[in-house]
Amino acid sequence: MHESARSLKVAAWLGWQIESNWTEPFLFLTYSILKPVASALILVFMYLVISQGNFNNPLFAYIYVGNAFFIYVGAVLLGVSNTIVDDREHYGMLKYIYVSPIQVYFYLLGRGMAKTMTATIAVVITLAFGAIALGVRPDFFTIDWPLLIITLTVGLAGLGFMGILLAGILLITARHNDIVGEAVAGALYLLCGAVFPISVMPDWLQWAGRAIPITYWLEGLRRALLGTELVQKLHTGLEDFSTPTILLILLGSTLLAILLSIGFYRWCERRAKEKGLIDMQTMY
Amino acid sequence: MSHSWAIETENLVRIYKVKHKRGDAESAPFKALDGVNSQVGTGELFGLLGPNGAGKTTLIKILTTLLLPTSGTARVDGVDVAANPQEVRRRINMVSGGDTCGYGLLTVEENLWMFTQFYGLDNKTARERIGKMLEIVGLQDKAKSKSYQLSTGQKQKMNFARGFLNDPKILFLDEPTLGLDVQTSRVLRKFVKQWVRERPGRTLLLTTHYMAEADELCDRVAIINQGKILACDTPANLKKRLQGASVFKLHVTPLEQTELFSDLPGVSNFSGHRRNGHTELNFILDDENTLVKILSAVQQSGAHLISLDKHEPTLEDVFIDLVGKSLSEIEEQTGSVS
Ligand SMILES: Nc1ncnc2c1ncn2[C@@H]1O[C@H](COP(=O)(O)OP(=O)(O)OP(=O)(O)O)[C@@H](O)[C@H]1O
Ligand SMILES: [Mg+2]
Repeated sequence: MHESARSLKVAAWLGWQIESNWTEPFLFLTYSILKPVASALILVFMYLVISQGNFNNPLFAYIYVGNAFFIYVGAVLLGVSNTIVDDREHYGMLKYIYVSPIQVYFYLLGRGMAKTMTATIAVVITLAFGAIALGVRPDFFTIDWPLLIITLTVGLAGLGFMGILLAGILLITARHNDIVGEAVAGALYLLCGAVFPISVMPDWLQWAGRAIPITYWLEGLRRALLGTELVQKLHTGLEDFSTPTILLILLGSTLLAILLSIGFYRWCERRAKEKGLIDMQTMY
Repeated sequence: MSHSWAIETENLVRIYKVKHKRGDAESAPFKALDGVNSQVGTGELFGLLGPNGAGKTTLIKILTTLLLPTSGTARVDGVDVAANPQEVRRRINMVSGGDTCGYGLLTVEENLWMFTQFYGLDNKTARERIGKMLEIVGLQDKAKSKSYQLSTGQKQKMNFARGFLNDPKILFLDEPTLGLDVQTSRVLRKFVKQWVRERPGRTLLLTTHYMAEADELCDRVAIINQGKILACDTPANLKKRLQGASVFKLHVTPLEQTELFSDLPGVSNFSGHRRNGHTELNFILDDENTLVKILSAVQQSGAHLISLDKHEPTLEDVFIDLVGKSLSEIEEQTGSVS
């Protein structure tokens, strides 16, 4: 097996061992699945209160779906990037990982896989709840499965590499720093139209949103689940793009993000090796 | 180059920029390695001996691709560590003796298994090596324990075992026996020696500040202080430098001023420091008759002689001869404890 495949496989195994702390199955379920589902639902109920229970506005479905898939963003970004903090500061193992012949990108992506899996369960539960209890597109037969699968896969890969970019920042940040990931996820929540169409934001924020692959990813997922026509009718700022165009932009911007992340991580790694940060333990 | 060394450094310099607090830009660069030239041959058990802060760990970090040199080059198995780290990593492994790290939720076996997989070992080989290493460090009965349940020393042993799993061509051990009990240290030293002997083509570099460890284990020893290699030879040859000289160790009641001893004629090198409530004086004398002058100087200073011992030169004496201070004296001055 090649180094890359080995790194991915072993890292995924390790990530899973750490994530699924089976000595505390209840804690695991609560933290990994119930918590994201609950926070996704809080927002939905807020909407329902404000709109006085109006399920029928298609904008509700639009918000619901975007919000549900956004669970992935925090999970993947943090799952990948916090590996650096965990391995270095918590387990003290980053140097030994680095001394062994791993392929670091695959290692980091692998470590993020467990969180991606638990996030998948949370996303599915949230979507199922929407379909069953709130009437968000309960019809499985009209879902555009190929579009869904392609969009989901490309988007998750992109998210994984954005996690690597964050990992680079954490690698050269002197202090134990969990906040970076949360802050980035928060900003993306605002910019990428997770809970409202980007068309409601001021122009300059809209442009920021348009520059991020996640915006197109969410749009693609919504179109796959809710139907292109319905989504385009909502005038969310991306209605002029056909679905193949959305897919193309998603692909292109994801590729760009991947290259950028790899380049940036390399640069960070070099800085870290110049400054002796790979085995630095700050807090303990 | 016709001969290829297992480890080779040329003018290796490492400067740490120390940032002061309060955010001021003023930083005092610190030279941890100051032009290190060294060559370690394939099959050698090579020791790096020096006091705390000498630069041993810094050198190991550079050689194991964790740190970049500020200038100079380092090659491991002929591969430049800065230019081609991945190629180096395929050939090496490293253990920091004091480390008690590990993935606490994994069992001891799983912690080790994980690393065998990074190196691409097949399952059978992996199991065999893990079993063998656990036996050597005496952790067989802990194989199935979660590693967070281990004691400090047991964690160190687990980490020690990890270093040998991939049967590396070149192995780096940074103070492998630090903090371990006497019996365990002895077992590990024996194993280290055997490991190199039984495997032609394997090279091992270890750092230590235990003189005896260096003397007992190493084919060759480099004495390093303040980032410079002061001497590098077999322990026997190093000690031969003091051939003809007489080496004395005196213990006297506490003495404030010890400088006067170094100025006595016939004293080739001297080191004195406090230890356990008395003062230890180490002399290297060109001429044994100088002892008489020393004893009267002790008496004049008002101190009393507790013990006097003449011995064969040790690496400690070689160190005093080179640096003008004993290892423990330096470590007291720098205030570092390990
Ligand atoms: N990250 C760092 N930043 C600043 N200075 C450092 C850093 N790491 C090491 N140093 C300094 O470099 C010098 C050499 O340190 P090093 O750890 O290599 O010593 P050592 O020989 O391994 O000592 P010991 O026996 O205590 O382990 C020391 O004076 C130390 O203070
Ligand atoms: Mg050290």
